[in-house]
Amino acid sequence: MIRRSILRRLEVNCKEISRIASQAMDRPLTLRERISVWMHLGICDPCRQFVAQLRLLRAVLKQQSRHAENDSNVVLSNSAREVIREALHQHLH
Amino acid sequence: MRSMATTINQNSDCNPNDWLTAHGDYLYRFALVRLRDTHLAEDAVQETLLAALKNSSSFTGKSSARTWLTGILKHKIVDLIRHAQKEQPLYEDDPAEEMMEPGMDEFFDDAGHWAEKPSSLGDPARLLEQQQFWHILQNCLDRLPKKLARLFMLREVEEEDNETICKELEITATNAWVMLYRSRMGLRKCVEMHWAERGVHDKALDS
Repeated sequence: MIRRSILRRLEVNCKEISRIASQAMDRPLTLRERISVWMHLGICDPCRQFVAQLRLLRAVLKQQSRHAENDSNVVLSNSAREVIREALHQHLH
Repeated sequence: MRSMATTINQNSDCNPNDWLTAHGDYLYRFALVRLRDTHLAEDAVQETLLAALKNSSSFTGKSSARTWLTGILKHKIVDLIRHAQKEQPLYEDDPAEEMMEPGMDEFFDDAGHWAEKPSSLGDPARLLEQQQFWHILQNCLDRLPKKLARLFMLREVEEEDNETICKELEITATNAWVMLYRSRMGLRKCVEMHWAERGVHDKALDS
């Protein structure tokens, strides 16, 4: 009886899991949270997909941002470059 | 050869006048990825180079000029985001914010189950490199309220931990978690929808 009530307290719904899973991307979870997530993901495919999607988004953003930083097709416009050059010039003189 | 390399290095690294030419475009792209706004990104580059000029004596040459300038730029980006954040209090944002209100109820039923169940997007290793997926992700990022998108990018792209970002942006950790949660919920739904909707033709090409 006691064991069952403890288990029930660790049971949380998908909405709560989604919130905890998002925070897991930003901070270490508490033991209690980890057990809840582990129990829930064992029986819930949509939440497993949700967690996989969050990880995928992070991986794609990291990787593609590095590409974008080095994409020589994207450059300062001539007008912006002139404005900056002028600002630097004024500072020097 | 060696002396030539040294000269080139000196020319672009130690002469502040050349920093715009040598590193301006890179700094611009770095800022654009994080700020998602061309004008803000241009401002960030200008402020970075001005700050670099004023403090050029503190450039020791131990790291490359690009690394040094990027370090300054990171601070400028955080400053710009913080100012934008202050000018627009958290929930009085662009109309797109209404899309995200009132909270998470649109994503779940009354019992807390998914209203629309997330499903697999496909093989992560392939999606990582797929340009079409990246385009969809960027379009979805642009649909998020700017404030959410910028915090989200800062968090996902930088190596910095959440605590540091919160300190720099002068927001609480709880506040950041709420904003990041909203961003992720909105973004993953948008991406999943558009990824599923891409043309039958493209799907055929994929497989």
